[in-house]
Amino acid sequence: MEIVYVYVKNRSEFGKQCNFSDRQAELSIDIPPNPELMEQFVIRDPVDTGIQCSYDMSEHEVNTERFEMETRGINHLEGGWPKDVNPQELEQTIRFRKKVEKDENYINAIMQLGYVMEHCIKQNNAIDIYGEYFDEEDEVEVSDEVLSAKTINVFRDPHEIKRTATHLSWHPDANRKLAVAYSCLDFQRADVNMSYDSFIWDLENPNKPELILKPSSPLVTLEYNPKDSHVLIGGCYNGQIACWDTRKGSLVAELSTIEFSHRDPVFGALWLQSKTGTECFSASTDGQVMWWDIRKMNEPTEVLIMDVSRKGVLENALGAISLEFEPTMPTKFMVGTEQGVVISCNRKAKTIAEKIVCTFSGHHGPIYALQRNPFYPKNFLTVGDWTARIWSEESRESCIMWTKYHMAYVTDGAWSPQRPAVFFTTKMDGTVDIWDFVFKQSDPALSLKVCDEALFSLKVQDNGCFLACGSRLGTVTLLEVSPGLCTLQRNEKNAASSIFERETRREKILEARHREMRLKEKGKTEVREEEGEGEVKINQEELLALTEKEFFDIINSETKRKGATLKKAGSKRDDEDGKSLNEEDEIEYNERQEEAEEPAKE
Amino acid sequence: MAEVEETLKRIQNHKGVIGTMVVNAEGIPIRTTLDNSTTVQYAGLLHQLTMKAKSTVRDIDPQNDLTFLRIRSKKHEVMVAPEVPLIPCNRKCSSPL
Repeated sequence: MEIVYVYVKNRSEFGKQCNFSDRQAELSIDIPPNPELMEQFVIRDPVDTGIQCSYDMSEHEVNTERFEMETRGINHLEGGWPKDVNPQELEQTIRFRKKVEKDENYINAIMQLGYVMEHCIKQNNAIDIYGEYFDEEDEVEVSDEVLSAKTINVFRDPHEIKRTATHLSWHPDANRKLAVAYSCLDFQRADVNMSYDSFIWDLENPNKPELILKPSSPLVTLEYNPKDSHVLIGGCYNGQIACWDTRKGSLVAELSTIEFSHRDPVFGALWLQSKTGTECFSASTDGQVMWWDIRKMNEPTEVLIMDVSRKGVLENALGAISLEFEPTMPTKFMVGTEQGVVISCNRKAKTIAEKIVCTFSGHHGPIYALQRNPFYPKNFLTVGDWTARIWSEESRESCIMWTKYHMAYVTDGAWSPQRPAVFFTTKMDGTVDIWDFVFKQSDPALSLKVCDEALFSLKVQDNGCFLACGSRLGTVTLLEVSPGLCTLQRNEKNAASSIFERETRREKILEARHREMRLKEKGKTEVREEEGEGEVKINQEELLALTEKEFFDIINSETKRKGATLKKAGSKRDDEDGKSLNEEDEIEYNERQEEAEEPAKE
Repeated sequence: MAEVEETLKRIQNHKGVIGTMVVNAEGIPIRTTLDNSTTVQYAGLLHQLTMKAKSTVRDIDPQNDLTFLRIRSKKHEVMVAPEVPLIPCNRKCSSPL
């Protein structure tokens, strides 16, 4: 039933403002109760109601976030004076003090405490508990210690799309921070959504990086300035060099112009020794090494092309993958190339031809790491293909010491800053090897599997105890090695230097012998015309036939072992063999065989 | 009164003692041989530390009490004799302050 009320209004009055007026209440409708409806209802008896005599409680869940605590100190100033004494007024304070001193309790207390205090002072003066006793016997025998290393912390890349940690750099002073450069080195396989950021991690906080560096292109390499710990230099994937100041924030402070930068990713960037502390140099696989001053980054101060023929032609240049600079030898530097050649250069030379001093070849693949021994800078370590090799500057033909060929590619290596005979290498199967050639030459002293994916970079902290290694998925693992590997052993310096000298001498002798053989061969070919060449020739031919026979025997046995697939390779080798059957090469081949046997015996 | 002076002087003259200070229960330095700012600093900080140490000892064992507090640092040693505690000992004891 609808309740309606009808009223009438003139049309002319529409839209007129309402003038409300009071009027009496009118009863619009009245519905009386209908008793007949009551009969449809029944009164309920008894009625059930639930009552609970207890506190009303509700349940809530709370998850607290990890809150950050900070310790702060408060500076205590004068306080505790009673209300009537003004601490600034000297008179009042003196009066108060005198009053206290007259108190009898005070006197008793002082006597008592004085007694106690004197007792302790006399104790202190009786024996110096910090005295050094047994001074002569401070040699610690650590030779029987079990070598070990343990993981302290793991820093993971917070982004979804994982990038390789390609370079690490420790903070120069505090060693509590680590700068990591992230990029994807797989050719053209970088994800479109891959972030370009690189991070600076604080070792105490592995959950969140301390500072995010935002370049315009992923960073391949990153280095702290050893003189100014706020400045970092980074080499980008697109060839530019970028400079950061951590006080200014995450954006690039200085960036080199693209026209004058490298044309390929910058694989090495190092700071130079200079008075201003603003000079650095960079190397890239486009074959150029460029020197920069970070105050003026629009073009490099100097460019050098890694052309081994010393003509400065870019087409012949070798791509540079690693750089080495030792602050104690500021004019020299070394470049490791993609072609497996180490080029030693002198910055101060006048002409381009003189700038490239010498080359060392021996690796079969790119040289990923190059470092001089911190104790004996004439010897340096190179890491590439499946081996790590140690070279001496004096012996240019070949390296003086080398590790065996591993199953996995060796990606990075570094000397220990505390021990001249210890160096670390990382491999693509995720293991870190610690080599100590005073202890063992044929195998690493300690080999640790750090992670399942490949490890790409390694950096040792200055105290030699901690090392950080970065993997393909951007995980940086911080390892601590046992003290035996980071404290200098007795006689270790002498032992290491004698090993280096001995190996260098051996190489020199071999080199000399090679040269002799070659000269002799040249001499023989000249003399052959005159003397009874028949005998010499026959000997040579016999030698030839013997070697050929041996060679084919080996090939055949290999072929039988491995089956049809190698037959093609075997036939290829036959062709090569046909080319190389020169007398000289034959003899060299024998020499090399002997050489190969020698280190195996060692 | 004279004994007090004598005691304090004797303590100060021991070998290796750099300075002496007497602080009352409110932390106000009564007597000191050091300069004012150092005194105030030591008074405030040590007072709180001694209270804390005392309550710690008491918490661990209510019958126990702090008799002496020595803080050895790289450079010096700070020695604090807090208010005389009530322990049965065969030295002469006096009522606490």
